Amino acid sequence: MRTNRRNFIKTTGVTAAGCILLPPFLQSFQNVQISGNVKNYLDHFEVSAEMLQKVIAAAMSKGGDYADLFFEHKKSNSLGLEDGKVNRAFSNIGFGVGIRVLKGDQTGFAYSETITLDAMLNAAKMAANIANSSSSFAPAEINEKVPASYYNISRKWEEVSVEDKVPFVQKINDKVFSLDEKVIKVNAFMSDETSYMLFYNSEGRLTYDYRPMINFGAVCIMQKDGKIENAYAARSFRKGFEWLTENLVDELAHEAVDRTNLLFEATKPKAGEMPVVMGAGGSGILLHEAIGHTFEADFNRKGTSIFSDKMGKKVAESFVNIIDDGTLENNRGSINVDDEGNTVQKTYLVKDGMLNSYIHDRISSKYYGVEPTGNGRRESFRNIPLPRMRATYMETGPHSKDDIISNVDYGVYVDNFSNGEVKIGAGDFTFFVKSGCLIEKGKLTQPIKDINIIGNGPQVLADITMVANDYLIDNGTWTCGKGGQSVPVTCGLPTVLVKKLTVGGSV
Amino acid sequence: MTKQEKYDLAKWAMNHALENGAQHASVSISNSRSSSVEVREEKIDKLEQAIQSNLSIRLFVDNRYSAHSTNRLKKEELVRFIEEAIAGTRYLSEDEFRTMPNPELYYKGGGQDLNTLDKSFDNHDPQEKINLAFEAEKEVLGKDDRIISVSASYYDGLNERVMVTSNGFEGDTSNSYYGLNAQVSVKGGDARPESHWSESAIFYNELKKKDIGQKALERALQKIGQKKLESGKMPMIVENRTVSRLFGPLISAMNGSAIQQKNSFLIDKLGEKVFSEKLSVMDDPFIMSGRGSRLFDSEGLATKKRPVFENGVLKNYFIDTYYGKKLEMEPTSGSNTNLVFKLGDKNLDGLVATVDRGILVTGFNGGNSNGSTGDFSYGIEGFLIEKGKIVQPVSEMNITGNMQELWSNIGEVGNDVNENSSWLTPSILFEGVDFSGA
Repeated sequence: MRTNRRNFIKTTGVTAAGCILLPPFLQSFQNVQISGNVKNYLDHFEVSAEMLQKVIAAAMSKGGDYADLFFEHKKSNSLGLEDGKVNRAFSNIGFGVGIRVLKGDQTGFAYSETITLDAMLNAAKMAANIANSSSSFAPAEINEKVPASYYNISRKWEEVSVEDKVPFVQKINDKVFSLDEKVIKVNAFMSDETSYMLFYNSEGRLTYDYRPMINFGAVCIMQKDGKIENAYAARSFRKGFEWLTENLVDELAHEAVDRTNLLFEATKPKAGEMPVVMGAGGSGILLHEAIGHTFEADFNRKGTSIFSDKMGKKVAESFVNIIDDGTLENNRGSINVDDEGNTVQKTYLVKDGMLNSYIHDRISSKYYGVEPTGNGRRESFRNIPLPRMRATYMETGPHSKDDIISNVDYGVYVDNFSNGEVKIGAGDFTFFVKSGCLIEKGKLTQPIKDINIIGNGPQVLADITMVANDYLIDNGTWTCGKGGQSVPVTCGLPTVLVKKLTVGGSV
Repeated sequence: MTKQEKYDLAKWAMNHALENGAQHASVSISNSRSSSVEVREEKIDKLEQAIQSNLSIRLFVDNRYSAHSTNRLKKEELVRFIEEAIAGTRYLSEDEFRTMPNPELYYKGGGQDLNTLDKSFDNHDPQEKINLAFEAEKEVLGKDDRIISVSASYYDGLNERVMVTSNGFEGDTSNSYYGLNAQVSVKGGDARPESHWSESAIFYNELKKKDIGQKALERALQKIGQKKLESGKMPMIVENRTVSRLFGPLISAMNGSAIQQKNSFLIDKLGEKVFSEKLSVMDDPFIMSGRGSRLFDSEGLATKKRPVFENGVLKNYFIDTYYGKKLEMEPTSGSNTNLVFKLGDKNLDGLVATVDRGILVTGFNGGNSNGSTGDFSYGIEGFLIEKGKIVQPVSEMNITGNMQELWSNIGEVGNDVNENSSWLTPSILFEGVDFSGA
């Protein structure tokens, strides 16, 4: 169950990062035609095609049906500003390989943080134990899969110095302070991440990805008449350094200040059931919680989701189209290839009101006999892949925002959220409203804040009675948690009317 | 890595930082091992094994500060990692408040062994562990026609860590953990309610190994027929395992960073009566084999037993060296250890029996609390209580209010402590809570 780590620090590694020495047998390994691109990734992880095949053979040695290797090297950097100065920085390096073996729908998994043949063979033998026969495995011919390119960037984060990033963090602080005299504190942050991924499986598929990410934003803290409130504005993309501009700083600063100002005027609504108008953009959290998680096929395969027996059935009005999409340009939730080496789709979960597709990983797509949708994702090489969302949004509908609001006699309009949750089996989901507005006699009136809204997934889908023509994706720092793993996602929505939800508030 | 190897590497890394421009540094190296098995349909569903190592370093360079971590522990790579980190730190602004801890406050050894490590960690039969999960599953299979899905899992792990600082601290910790968990989904109308039960322990021999599947099944079946009630103001009992969701925002509001950054509703409240006199909580780091027991904190500061609340009076903040400097207060410790509640004299059933009409909350669903104001709103599920008896499962409701008010309106504190956590929470009855429903 354990590898011997005694020699860990004594091992004299031949390479420091950036100085690559190839294992001698790479040159003598003639059978495979691989592109320069794939070769770069093999070199990055100091592995050869032959090593990959040896490790896969060890993983399959106990009679597994399938095995894969997920190599990852992730570098994260962040800068923090507090009390007016960029006075802290943090960084992290994560490096290793996850080895998975499947036997039917059973999974064996182990990982190694040292990428040497011996360490990988040890981990492969652990993962192999999910199966318990002996078998000889004939290596598959290597077939290279060229990944898509949904996030081309010009300046890589690993080539940007701290010196170049600091001024933007400082500027957002200064801008927020300049906008309103009530500002007493600002917390600003910028974090970037660069991830190299190499994937190989027992079917011979060899692929790779380079995944950049940037998060940038600020929390604005204001005081008015002895009351303190805070709100934040942030953006996240798979973009490079060229994305940072003065305009972006201005936009975020204004947003943070405006959102905080709203809170001083806001009250709690009266508790109870009422119509809820979901504003365009971040209201996509509704789809993520109410529908997205319950469409994840692992839950449906096990019969534990409330949508388990609803495939092909009408679940919403015919103008409702809900998509989970991994292909949006530079989107935080996009991936060029999923973490199981599969092509990433734009997947219709609900098409013309009918339940069209679940969210699949490899195991569930085999179970349902469908093409993988490219939703197999993992937090890092330390985790097994699961069916996970990417960018989840609803397409534009036939109504207008004004029509929708004027249709409501008494209800709430919500457009700024902090978090949500769902119970898969009961279908009950929630989202926490940071700020919004009452709707009285068809008009937006009193601001509201800090209330939870709860509903039931299938009921809410059926209760979406109007969808506007103003679809908007929200590019905030959305992070989705499941089974202890976090992955970056986004969500979006046009303005939508939900006939009835239970709104927290005073009795 | 042996403990000595970790110490040697940590000191080497610290010295390399000091020789290359850092005036001070602290380094910690940890490694951990963990394994888990999940069973389903009388087969192993997932088998996972992990061995993990990490080095983290805090750097103090020309009055500037940064912190870094990596799992690539080869010296050749650490040289570059540390030197780049120091170079990057020079571009930050100076921070006069960022200093090493006062060495007088460090733990200096000699404390008693708090018994947080199962020394027989490697001696337990792997097959026996897997069988524990199968047995938990077996307690459920075939017991009720409404069962849709059952899974059970066993997990264990071992963490070891050493820390050294350039002004004289050296210390190491190790702990082990074991756990068993069962999850059951049942069919009830269109809904498929699920529930789980879990037990954990520091020692293998102390892990409760029976009735886990049984309890998960009972709790799932009890949820069948969940209803939304009408909105109203009612008493609320929160079950011991879920009290932490409501107590967490209080601990967050006592954090030095929250106080100094004005994101707390407990600013300037030290020594004042802020909550019900029925609330007394002690932060006790020295409980033998406690989940949060430790002799020193993450900076190396010696831990102390401290009152958190005494009859509703706020007695302490959680302040580390940095925010202590900023707030001009003595550092206590940046985080809590074991939280021990002063108990009442009733168990959960006893509390339920006192309620004429109210709600027992057994789970939360989303929601949040505003750090600056204490305004909160959470989704809940649980049971309606009428005339001292549980009569109906409820769900899809919210509770909304303010933390200050909620914790001032404690009706009664129970005596049924949740032993599975460092927060030793009992069930608590709150009066007059706003529920929103139909």
